[in-house]
Amino acid sequence: MSYLEFLSEYLPKLVSGAGMTVMVMICATVLAVVISIIFGLMRLSSNFTIQTAATVYIEFFRGTSLLVQLYWIYYVLPLMGLTLSPFVSGVLALGLNFGAYGAEVFRGGIQSVPRGQYEAAIALNMSPAKRMLRIIIPQTFSLILPPAANLTVELLKATALVALITVVDLMFVAKQLNATTWLSAQVFGTTLIVYYVMARFGLIPFLRSLEGRAARMVGKS
Amino acid sequence: MEWRWDFTWEILPRMLWATGNTLMAAGVGYLIAVIVGLLLMLGQRTPYRLVNFIVREVVEFIRSTPLLVQLFFVFFVAPQFGIKLSAWTAGMLTIGLHFGTYLSEVYRGALEGVPKAQWEACRALNFTTAYTYRKIVLPQAFPIALPGMGNYLVGIFKDTPLLATIGVAELMHTANALGAETYRYLEPYTMVGFIFLIISLPTAMGLRRLEAAVDRAQGKTRY
Repeated sequence: MSYLEFLSEYLPKLVSGAGMTVMVMICATVLAVVISIIFGLMRLSSNFTIQTAATVYIEFFRGTSLLVQLYWIYYVLPLMGLTLSPFVSGVLALGLNFGAYGAEVFRGGIQSVPRGQYEAAIALNMSPAKRMLRIIIPQTFSLILPPAANLTVELLKATALVALITVVDLMFVAKQLNATTWLSAQVFGTTLIVYYVMARFGLIPFLRSLEGRAARMVGKS
Repeated sequence: MEWRWDFTWEILPRMLWATGNTLMAAGVGYLIAVIVGLLLMLGQRTPYRLVNFIVREVVEFIRSTPLLVQLFFVFFVAPQFGIKLSAWTAGMLTIGLHFGTYLSEVYRGALEGVPKAQWEACRALNFTTAYTYRKIVLPQAFPIALPGMGNYLVGIFKDTPLLATIGVAELMHTANALGAETYRYLEPYTMVGFIFLIISLPTAMGLRRLEAAVDRAQGKTRY
């Protein structure tokens, strides 16, 4: 079978798998961003208990492997009475894992805003919430986005692991096709190319445009 | 489902043996990655622009595709070309190549972090290129590269469970096997998590100390 025949027969299947990969990625990214902000702020709290809780969470999820977390959520939680669908387990594991990395990025961004900005906001009698939302956080965007973009590309790559808990994503479709056709080179080669195209021509240009927008927002470009 | 300590002690020897395999996989993978990274970095600094371009694109390709797919690609495709690879060899090669691309970026950043004036001063003093690298540039580039190199050591360690999917008998594979034999998944999977935690956290802390020590030895302070 020529490669063109292979493509015309199996590419649609791989692309539909890629659709699921994108779904997993978007859901996990949203979850990771929310977790990053919550735990990043908790890390900065002056309350010892809150700060310690955030540190434990972050070190725990950064110190163990994503695959272990994924298996634990999918295979062990049901034993404790909490059964989650493969999709939810996958999104949860990815979101919790990348949220831990993201929290450190977010914390670093907040901490790098010059002290004078806080003091000026206090001098202008702004409430803590207003100070954070109007003064501090907008200034962190341009600092946070480059490392956050790297994490997002890593997240896209990490979504391949959800195939191992039977989410029918690109990797899962590839494994299935490999098992039925035994055209390993074509199947996995094409899969690699599809992932590459998604990252290089979809995700990365999008993130770069966000970075550019954030830099313009604070007058840097 | 209750946690059973007797079962935990029963499977502990097998888990520890598998931990040895995991550590070996991480060590060998890292060694390959360090060397491959060096070659890929040099491949982007040749006098031939075409070579630089091709190596750069290959690095980009490997960096933006998942390690899991690459593992399957190497493991299943090599036999089609008549190359018999064991799961171990395929795994080590793939991990080495994948993280080699990351390390090449670390090296590149470190070399670019050495001020240009250092090169000019060496030229003025009539040092040879080799001597400049050995005595002036590399000692200054090393502390810059150290944090990145350390992070990817821990990174490789945490990605070794992926090797279980092609049948390397490391921790995750052993936990899967134990679960299948005994129908108990709680203890094996939880133990895998804790073993990872008690190895990666002290390693990360040790690396931070090493960085600080190297900085101090070179008369720099980091905050």
